[in-house]
Amino acid sequence: MSVLLFTGLVAGGAFSAGLLGALTGLGGGIVIVPMLTLLFGVDLRYAIGASLVSVIATSSGAAAAYVKEGYTNVRVGMLLEIATTIGALGGAYLAGRIGTSAIAIIFAIVLLYSAYRSTQPLAEHVSSEDAHPLARRLRLNSTYPTPNGFQPYAVQAVPAGFGLMLAAGLLSGLLGIGSGALKVLAMDQLMHLPFKVSTTTSNFMIGVTAAASAGIYLARGYIDPSLALPVMLGVLAGALTGARVLAGANTKVLRRVFAGVVVVLALEMFYKGVRGGV
Amino acid sequence: MASPAERRERWTDDDVDQLLGNLLRIGVIVATIVAATGGVLYLAQHGLEPVNYRVFRGEPPELRRVGGVVREALGLHARAIVQLGLVLLIATPVARVAMSLVAFVLQRDRVYVVVTAIVLAVLIFSLTGGVPG
Repeated sequence: MSVLLFTGLVAGGAFSAGLLGALTGLGGGIVIVPMLTLLFGVDLRYAIGASLVSVIATSSGAAAAYVKEGYTNVRVGMLLEIATTIGALGGAYLAGRIGTSAIAIIFAIVLLYSAYRSTQPLAEHVSSEDAHPLARRLRLNSTYPTPNGFQPYAVQAVPAGFGLMLAAGLLSGLLGIGSGALKVLAMDQLMHLPFKVSTTTSNFMIGVTAAASAGIYLARGYIDPSLALPVMLGVLAGALTGARVLAGANTKVLRRVFAGVVVVLALEMFYKGVRGGV
Repeated sequence: MASPAERRERWTDDDVDQLLGNLLRIGVIVATIVAATGGVLYLAQHGLEPVNYRVFRGEPPELRRVGGVVREALGLHARAIVQLGLVLLIATPVARVAMSLVAFVLQRDRVYVVVTAIVLAVLIFSLTGGVPG
């Protein structure tokens, strides 16, 4: 295959991943690595490097809009970034130590979990009372815009959320993904942030987390410019398009379809990991 | 809520949010333009060559360090210009954390000056090759 054709096909695939990721709210990053390795035969290490770069682009691009709307809790984000960046350093370090087969198997498990998570409805537990003592000391409690004006919310379980963020950072650094699903779990379900606040704050953190491991990937030579560029531009364009058409889309059906695709990719990734040859 | 007098003296959280939003947008736009320019150049020079990512060789040493990337990009090497764009993209969230640090200092928020300084230190440690490959 010529460089021109390969670049075009990769950019097209990345665009679809970004579009579906934005429409379903699952993020396109998680399917980039399986797509590159399974469909295009790219070495897992190059695929992770390219995915990491695209994660930074979409996170920063979307965060620019969200931060201005007043949903993002910058203090919660900054505090938890201590955990995610340290986790990401650990993950990137591990990625150079364990074999590609092991990484492929862990990737498959994370894909399955994300697919399962996306079909489970989550309950929102917002309250404005009984904040964790640390939340008051660290001034994490805040307000967010609702149709009835700005509503206050109290933050719970700060240490547990911090711990889960270490794990989210580790997976992000190891697999080159945003780990958005795990971050939202920590923030909605443990820390009881409103949905809009947790998704936008999670997105805000993803770029910083990915930057922590990207430095290590760059130094190891995993970031190939001519592969990362079409991936990054494709995902970014797809995500921006997805955000534009979001209003009119039937996301319930799309989520099911996307979850199905993710399960198939997970099984193939698992098979390749067990058999070797990723 | 800050009174108008306070608002003039110190930055409110809202001012900081607007500034951070703009910084992120500009970072992504500049990085994308630089990388895409290099990409067009690369495709024009090497578009018809065969492609191989099946075997991992790793990038050449000059594309692994920020200094090397800048030097090669100034020599108008297409792949180095793309890599420079990617380095600028990686630097965008780092610049955002640095700007948050300045904002927390101006707001005299000691706890968050410390929190943000820790995050920035971890990022710099990573980007300067503090972790062994």
